[in-house]
Parts: sequence; C-alpha cells; structure tokens
Amino acid sequence: MNIDLNLILPEIFLSLSIMSLLMIGVFKKKSSNLIFNLSILTLFILAALILNLSSVNKILIFNNSYVIDDIANFMKILTAISAIFVLSISTDFLKSLKIYQIEYPILILCSILGMMVMISSNDLIVFYIGLELQSLALYVLAAFNRDNVLSSESGLKYFVLSALSSGLLLYGCSLIYGFTGSTNFNEIANNTNQVPYGLTFGIVFILVGLAFKISAVPFHMWAPDVYQGSPTSVTLFFALVPKIAATCVFIRFLYVPFVNMIEQWQMIIIFISIASMIFGAVAAIGQKNLKRLIAYSSIGHMGYSLAGIATGSSEGAQSTIIYITIYVIMNLALFCCLFMLKRNNEYFENIEDLSGLSKNHPILSLSLLIILFSLAGIPPLAGFFAKFYIFMAVIEQSMFFLAIIGLLSTVVAAFYYLRIIKIIYFDPSKEKYDSNHSLGLRISLIVSTIFLVFYFTYPNSLLGIISKINII
Amino acid sequence: MNIPILSSLIFLPTIGAIFIFFSRSKNEKYNSSKYVALFITIANFFLSIYLWLIFDQSTSDFQFVETREWIPGFINYKVGVDGISILFIILTTFITPICVVSVNKTIKSRLKDFLISILLLETLMIGVFCSLDLVIFYLFFEGGLIPMFLIIGIWGGERRVYSAFKFFLFTLLGSVLMLVAIISIYWLTGTTDVEKLYEIGIDAKYQNLLWLAFFSSFAVKTPMWPVHTWLPDAHVEAPTAGSVILAAILLKMAGYGFIRFSIGLFPIGSEYFVPLVFILSLIAIIYTSLVALMQEDMKKLIAYSSVAHMGFVTLGIFTLTQQGLEGSIFQMVSHGLVSAALFLCVGVVYERMHTRLIKDYGGLVSIMPKYAIVFMIFALGSLSLPGTSGFIGEFLILMGAFKKNFLVATVASLGVILGAAYILWLYKRVIFGKIKNQEVTKMLDLNKYEILILWSLAVPIIFFGFYPEPLINTMEVSINNLIDMYNSNLSNNIVMSK
Repeated sequence: MNIDLNLILPEIFLSLSIMSLLMIGVFKKKSSNLIFNLSILTLFILAALILNLSSVNKILIFNNSYVIDDIANFMKILTAISAIFVLSISTDFLKSLKIYQIEYPILILCSILGMMVMISSNDLIVFYIGLELQSLALYVLAAFNRDNVLSSESGLKYFVLSALSSGLLLYGCSLIYGFTGSTNFNEIANNTNQVPYGLTFGIVFILVGLAFKISAVPFHMWAPDVYQGSPTSVTLFFALVPKIAATCVFIRFLYVPFVNMIEQWQMIIIFISIASMIFGAVAAIGQKNLKRLIAYSSIGHMGYSLAGIATGSSEGAQSTIIYITIYVIMNLALFCCLFMLKRNNEYFENIEDLSGLSKNHPILSLSLLIILFSLAGIPPLAGFFAKFYIFMAVIEQSMFFLAIIGLLSTVVAAFYYLRIIKIIYFDPSKEKYDSNHSLGLRISLIVSTIFLVFYFTYPNSLLGIISKINII
Repeated sequence: MNIPILSSLIFLPTIGAIFIFFSRSKNEKYNSSKYVALFITIANFFLSIYLWLIFDQSTSDFQFVETREWIPGFINYKVGVDGISILFIILTTFITPICVVSVNKTIKSRLKDFLISILLLETLMIGVFCSLDLVIFYLFFEGGLIPMFLIIGIWGGERRVYSAFKFFLFTLLGSVLMLVAIISIYWLTGTTDVEKLYEIGIDAKYQNLLWLAFFSSFAVKTPMWPVHTWLPDAHVEAPTAGSVILAAILLKMAGYGFIRFSIGLFPIGSEYFVPLVFILSLIAIIYTSLVALMQEDMKKLIAYSSVAHMGFVTLGIFTLTQQGLEGSIFQMVSHGLVSAALFLCVGVVYERMHTRLIKDYGGLVSIMPKYAIVFMIFALGSLSLPGTSGFIGEFLILMGAFKKNFLVATVASLGVILGAAYILWLYKRVIFGKIKNQEVTKMLDLNKYEILILWSLAVPIIFFGFYPEPLINTMEVSINNLIDMYNSNLSNNIVMSK
C-alpha cells in the first residue's frame, strides 16, 4: 500500500507536538508559559500545514477510511484558528484561577487532534476513535478547576451523559454495520438502496449521539450546567470548537453514507432544528447567569445551523458552514467581553454585573452591543447574513414552515439579547472594572467585532470561499 | 455625471458619525461634535436639493442609478430614485438637521452618542428610500431598528424600556415575514432587483401570500390598526428628536414600501386585498381619532393623530387612482412636516414645565404669544385647513376615494371632522382659557433656536399649501407610470385567466 504521508502531515505534526510538549512540560519546571506559547505556535503551524493541502482535491486514503477534501480542510483550519484565539484570550483568566498549568493547552491540542480525525473520517471506526479522543480530553477540561465543586460536578455530569451518548452512537454504528455489511461511508451509501427498519434505528441512534455533542434539543440538558460550572475559558472552548467538528460530522454523515435515506432523517433533523430554535429562545429569557444564557443561546444557534443541513441540498450544507463560522466569531467576541468583566482578580458572570456598563466602559459596551445585535440577527451585522443564508437554503427547498418558525423564534430570541443591551445601556452604573487587559484579549475582541460590523461591505469574503466547497 | 450622488447622500452621515466617534473633546458639552453633525446634515440637505434640481421630471425611469456587485451572481447593491422616492429623501434630509438643532437642551447626557445614532439613522433612512434591490432595502429597513431602539431606550422617559422593547419586537416580528417573502421572490424569479421584477412580474398564484407577508411588515411600521399600539408608547417615551424622526420619517418608510413594493410588485394581490386595507384604514381614521380626543397626554394625542393620518395615507394608496396616490404622498410629506413640528412644540413646553399633561397648561397665549402663533399654524396644518399642505393631501385622497367607493370616502370624511375636533380642542385647552397653573406664568417664550426650527417647518407647510406644484410635478410621471403598469398587469392577468 502506497500512501502519501504528506496528506496527513498536519495530523502527524500535531501528534508529535503533543508528545514533545508533554515531555517538555514534565521535565522542565515552571514551564506553563512556554507550553502555552508553544501550543499557540503549534496551532499556527498546523493551520499553515492544512492550508498547504487546500489545493488537494478530494483524496481518500487508508483503504478509503480517511478523506482529505475542501470541507475537511476548511473545518480544520477553522478549528485551529479558533483554538488559537481560545488559548490566547484565556491566559489571564487561567492565571487568576491558579489553573495555569501545562496540561491545559496539551489537553486542548489532544481534543483538536480528535476533532481533526472526526472531520476527516470516512469510516465509522475512524470516526469513533476521533470522537473518543476529543471527548476524553473534554471530560478532563470540564473538571479542570478541580477545587471548585461546580467544576467537578460539571465534569462528572458531562462525562456520564457524554459516555451515554457515545454508547448510543456506537450502538447505532453497530446496527449500521450489521445491516449494510460495511463501516465505510461510501460502501454504506451503496448498500442503502432499500432501507430495512434496523438501518433506520441505526441512523436514529447516530443522530442522537451527534445531537448530544452539539447540544441540540432534546439532548441539550447537559449544556447549561456544564457551561456554567466549567471554568469560563473551558466554556469558551466548549461553545466553539467541538461544535465545528460535530457540525462537520453531521454534514458528512447525512450527505455521504445516508444520502439516499433522506426521507428517513429529514424529519428528524427538522424536528431537532425547530425544537432547538424554540427552546433556545424561550429558555434563555429567564436566565441570570451569562454563561448559562450563552448555553441556551448556543442551543438556539445549533437549531439554525441544523436547519441548513435539514434541506439536504449542498447549498444548505454550505449555509450551515457559513453559519457555524460566523457563530464561532460572534461567540469568541462575546467571551472576550466576558473575560473583561474583571475586578481585583475576580471574574463576574451574572447579567446584573453588566448594569450600566456603558458609563464607565464605552468601548466594551459598544462591542457588546454589536455582538448582541449580531447574535440576534439584526442587519447589517454579520449574524444577520448567517441566518439569511440558512433561510435562503431552507426556502429554496420550499420548507416554509421551518423558515417561518425559525424567523419567529429569532424575534423571541431578540428579546433576551435586548434585555442584556438594556441592562448595559439603560440601567444605572456600578463599580468600574479593571481595564488592564492582555493584548491578546483586546486584539481578539477588536478583530472579531470589526468583522461583525464590516462583514456586510464584502460578504463575498466568506461566501466566496465556502461556495467553492464541494460537499459531496 | 459620474459622481455617485446617491451613495454620497446615503453614506455622508455615516462618515460624519465615524468622525464624531473618533473625535475626542474634553468639553463636556461636546459642542464641536454638534457642529459637525449639523454641518454634515445640512450639507446632505443641500446635496439632496441639488439632486432635486438636476432630477428629470419628465421620465418615470429610475435616475442616478448605481449598480455595484455585492454578492456576485446574487445580489447587487443598486440604488436609484424616481419621482416618488426623491420627495422622501428630501423630507429626510430636511428633518434631520432640525433634529440636530433641537437636541440643544433636551439631551442632557451622552450627546455624542445621540448624534451618532441620529446620523446613522439618517444613512439608513435615505438608504431605504433609494434602494432598488429587495435585500438592500431589507438591510436598511431593519437596520434602522438598532439606532431607534437606543434613542428611545437611552434618552427616553420613564417607561422607556418597555416602549423600546415594544417598538423593537413589534417591528421585528412584522419584518421577518417580509424576509421570507423576499427570499421566496428570489427563488421564484431569480432576482431581487426591483426594476427587473417590475418587468418580469410575479406569478399570480403567489401574489396574495407575498402581499400579506410584505403587508405584515408595513402595517406594523405604518402603523395600521390593530398593530399600532407600539406607536403611542414609543412616541411618548422617546426624546423629542426621536419622536420627530419616528413620526416624520420612519412611518413614511411603510407608506413608501406600500407604493413601491406592494402595489408595484403585487398588483393582483393588492387588488384582492383592497377591501381589507380600506376597512383597517377606516377603523384607524375613526377609532384612533376618537381615542385621540380622550388623551390627557399631549404627545400621546399627537401620536394617535399620526395613526389617523397614516390611515388616510393607506386609504389613498389603495384607491389606486392618480389622485389618491398623489394625495397619499403629499399627505406623507405634509404629515412629516406637521407631526414633526407638533412634537417639537410639545417638546418646547415640556422642557419648561416637565409635564406633558394637557391639564397642567392653559392660557399660554398671554405668556408665550410667539409660541401660540406657530402652534396655531401647525394645528391648522394638522386639521388640513385649506392653505396648508395638509389640505392638499387629504383633499386629493378623498377625491381618489370618492372615485373608488362612495361609502368609504364618506366615512373617511367624517375622520376629517374628528381630526379638527381633537386638535382644536387640544389647542384650546393648552393655549387659551384661564391660567390655572401658576407655574405657567414663569414660562419663557420661544428662544431664537426654537423660532428658527419651528418657522423653518411652518414655511414649507404654508408654501406647499398654496403652491403644491413642485411636489406634484415631481411625482406625477412616476405615479402615472405606476398606475399604468398596475392596470396593464391586472388586465393581462384577467386575459390570462380567461
């Protein structure tokens, strides 16, 4: 077997870096700063290596079980870049919580390796290995602040529920193997011309497992608790990076092995999508904790991104990719603001703490204003375009019911975003927060906010890249 | 002419806003930023007047069209004006500097932010009236929610939060359905370019649904009964400048939308729903006039009168006659001036007394004679006395209505009487009578800024009342063309269905 190892150079590089970073970390004392910086550097190189592969047209390797194509490359770059931002904006936070340890970036790198395997997998077994690699790293991350009860609780909760969903997923995989005789996505697709019930069950189990990973309703229960309990930097990671990989896997599963069974899964996805949109919008209204609110809002956003996939068209999948990209940028910016709510080494995360922020921190409040309106999907901010492309795809398939429900739930969702804006701008002000933020944090916030504001001047910047992605 | 005059009109205020944003002044009053804003808005006004002068009144085509690729193969940034939209643009650029001047005392905190909001809002409003692409239109139309939400919420009165939320959510709820319709139009016809859509036309069987979706958005914004309830709240709580913009321009976006999109794109749908619009308009005229009679708060009274006047506008638009449409546009321009002026008048006394309740005033005529005069002009303009611009508008609308349906026109005429009743009664209670409240005696008459603002509004009201030609001439050809297109579309459809 002759395999061009250059094709998986990014993965190889990342694995070697993880091991060497671990060695450095173990044998060199007080090296957390070094490891952090090296990890960021690793991610930069990783992104460059993946970019280097972008000329490659879809290639299958390792007996067709691993695929390198446009969508995989795009999602991997997105993962790497968002991880760079995550690491660079969370250093201050980790230091003040006294969990600035070498394991932290290494675990993040491990989970990214897992995600890259997930994204590129073209085989049930490879997919499962990638999934478990990322999940195991995430379990530890959730409980990273082990002296904190909430953090440990969220770690345990996440572990138990996630393990359950992995179990369901594995069961689904085995059913599919049983009924099609293969674990390879392409061969599964070839063997699904007639659909026995068992196969449908297999799909349902797999969708349940995946829906759990992106916290879509009705498998969302873990998200608010885990988001709230985990250290904020880990919440940030949870809210962004795993969702990219999971969305990609969603697309991959539904568009490759189950492409012929659209009647079987379309209704399920539509249901999950509508339920998530409505639930995310309604449940977030009563929240007092910002991280919890973000959890519910991300449930809603996942509903929208699934609406794109539910169309079953390649425009739909592209719109989902655009959505997830803009979602990542919006949430990144939102968490930057969250990290700036610091006073005397203490971080604040209740909505009430934002009261009257605009008096003392005009720039921060303006950014929050832009981010929140963008999350609510008000034009001309980037968040509107994300929704716009989704609904373009949805309406193209004449799924008016989905489109109208989705748009109506944006109105409900607008309410709780407006509530935060109201608290920032209309309410009396409180004590000042610190203003000595790290450079990485400031730059991340400014870059992402500028993107959100000025995206409309040149929407082709994102659309041009993504519309070239060949989904199937 | 290669200068993109419309784009300069649209984006000049934004440039001003960015300039103000980055300017740091140590002076707490931010005087310099006010002058910047004033300069920018007046420059924009002159630019729009220049536009009007070089505007060719003899053609109904869109002029000064600019097209730029925006999302390749999908949406173009396309702007242009015809005889209908140019009037709204001038109205916008005329009202905005007045708002900037009027913030002199009313806005106590964060003047800089307020000016930025006003300037951004001007960009968005002009954009709405210029855009010739549905998606671009939607962007401008919805984008206006953000600055207006902040204007009501930050600088508003006691119940500002409630009002701001109500304003935002009502409007958003109406608009999302329009978004569905816009996207559907794209998939039905393959374009969102308004000019092309006028040519292609939209399949008759979809028109009713699409019309309803657009209607849901415009009806909230107009506002029509029964979705008008956000307007009194928003007006009462908004600062004076906010009320002025809201009444004078934001409401007109919906009227403009009816003319440009509902009638232009969906003639069959419009024809089908004429009775619905008539009934809602009549209810708005009669019911809200009665409600206005019973108001104790001056701003609320004027807000309800706005609903009634906009009822006339929608009635006129859907008579689908030359007179009705011309009257509606005239009425919108006139109402833009009159309601702006009335809100400014209320603002004047509110600044001095900090109350808007009618019963707290009375006998102002002897204390503030100059005020009494201008208020009189605006009150008469509001009740559409011959010789004011309001008369021309309502007269033309009623003429159009009589052509179409006698009963509807008769009921609407009753509304004119009610309109006279509430505004005159308001005037009587505030200006005439005995001085009941001793505080009133301490009030000062208009200062020079207020005189400048109010008279600059009073002059066009009277001028266009006596000499409506410039406005009518500008819009005539475009409206003719619109009605021709409408009728030919309808007859084509009848032929086809036979």
